Amino acid sequence: MFANQCLDVKVVELKALGPDGDASKFFELCLEYPGWKQWSAGQFVMLRPQGPGFEPLWARAFSICRVDERGLWVFFQVMGRGTRKMSELTPGDIITLWGPLGNWFYVRPDTPTLILAGGLGLAPFVGYVLAHPKPENLRLVFGHTAPLDCYPYAELAGRVASEAFFDQGPSDLQAFIALIQDRVREFSKDGLVLACGPPRFLRTVRTFALKEGAEAQLSLENRMACGVGACLGCVVKDDKGNFVQVCFRGPVFRADEVNLD
Amino acid sequence: MDFSVNIAGLALKNPIMTASGTFGFGLEFSRFGDLKILGGIIVKGTSLKPREGNPMERIAETPCGMLNAVGIQNPGAKDFVEKKLPLLPWKDTPVIVNLYAASPEEFAELAAYMAAQEGIAALEVNISCPNVQHGGVAFGHDPAQAAQVTEAVKKNAGDKPVMVKLSPNVTDIAEIARAVQGAGADMLSAINTLRAMAVDIRTRKPELSNIIGGLSGPAIKPVALRCVYEIARAVDIPVVGVGGIASVRDILEFILVGAHAVQIGTANFMRPDFAFKAAQALPGLVEELGITSWDDFRGSLRV
Repeated sequence: MFANQCLDVKVVELKALGPDGDASKFFELCLEYPGWKQWSAGQFVMLRPQGPGFEPLWARAFSICRVDERGLWVFFQVMGRGTRKMSELTPGDIITLWGPLGNWFYVRPDTPTLILAGGLGLAPFVGYVLAHPKPENLRLVFGHTAPLDCYPYAELAGRVASEAFFDQGPSDLQAFIALIQDRVREFSKDGLVLACGPPRFLRTVRTFALKEGAEAQLSLENRMACGVGACLGCVVKDDKGNFVQVCFRGPVFRADEVNLD
Repeated sequence: MDFSVNIAGLALKNPIMTASGTFGFGLEFSRFGDLKILGGIIVKGTSLKPREGNPMERIAETPCGMLNAVGIQNPGAKDFVEKKLPLLPWKDTPVIVNLYAASPEEFAELAAYMAAQEGIAALEVNISCPNVQHGGVAFGHDPAQAAQVTEAVKKNAGDKPVMVKLSPNVTDIAEIARAVQGAGADMLSAINTLRAMAVDIRTRKPELSNIIGGLSGPAIKPVALRCVYEIARAVDIPVVGVGGIASVRDILEFILVGAHAVQIGTANFMRPDFAFKAAQALPGLVEELGITSWDDFRGSLRV
């Protein structure tokens, strides 16, 4: 029998995060596990709530945050009409899911590994940290603009050496950039740097990684319709100057094989 | 009932094909369904030489639809034929290649190359892409030029059927259809996207780098239905309906107004198994409606 990797699954739980409770814009969504044999941290899923009509038309892409006995979890912030619709889901609702999509972060148990996460970019590293065989070799630097409990940070901070940087305005930016450069330098000799976050954050990480000679992987996010390489909407230039699909060739790219300038 | 259709010598096991530009080279979707159950696979617009396409942003979501201005990014004819075509189940499901070129001469050369490939069952001519600065769209808007391109392709297509994809961005689509038929087209597909745009009042920028793109999705289905209806009344060659199909019911609507077959486009983005599910669900609805043959149902709109 053909294993269709597009499935309609049930919502198990929608959990608001942060001090605002029900008024939160940050959510963890748990879905019925789609029965995958395997997945890796860095991969993503496309999710489209079902309902009458065609609004919104596209599914939305989300990093796989973690998989536990309850199901598959994603982490999101309400940013527009797609995520708003997702924030209105209730247990039992049906959502169309396809994945796991894209490639993933390197896991090198004995290599000192620096995780740089900006905001929502923390999502793929939850699964990464939980699956890593030697968390003592991991270090997390997390930059955020909303209160820390809006993010699934605490469960990571309890497992790996972590520091959070609360970016509360333009005056904090230089200090955060300096912190990124210091940490990248520390891991540039024989370490590995993994990053996920907003475009400017990733550009900064990439610049320092190349300057310091650090081996680095960046997880990108671009507007995408299909998630499977067909719509050609999410492309980025690679090191040879060719447009490649973020969904299919990424979302995780080596810093030296992608051009973010 | 027999679900197969034969259009201009192209034998399809059912009327469901996938629309160019929305199904990659087919292989991207093979993890979501069996490509062999589709009527046909129409692959991404392909040009003689590789094309980089337009800069980002290339797509935007709009009410019940989407805009794209990808600009025919593709790896070129040779790459498609050598690396992708051999992986497709072309012996079981006809593979139709969508041709894009900037002049009748280039169309002729491309058609000759593609027609010589055993794995390619038919050629679809893109005379209507709205997203490239020079080329396609001009041909599609003028009956004489549309005919010129059609002739150039047909002369070089050997025994491969030629389908010409028409633009809705014209005053009288039936006139273009007649011109293309007169130039030797074996069948027509309609419609390509509608020229459209979206803007952001905060940044005061267009949503697409190309400023203008092509609108597709359920929003354009009524326009597509009207075009297919008008074309089917104007020509004798088969018409393939495309534009906003998002359910099995939509497929039958196109056949009711005169289409011989259909293409699934933007719905492939709404869920990647859409075309496969449609192929599986079609017999159920056909039976429920008491349809006994495509020939009886096609064009049987009561007006």
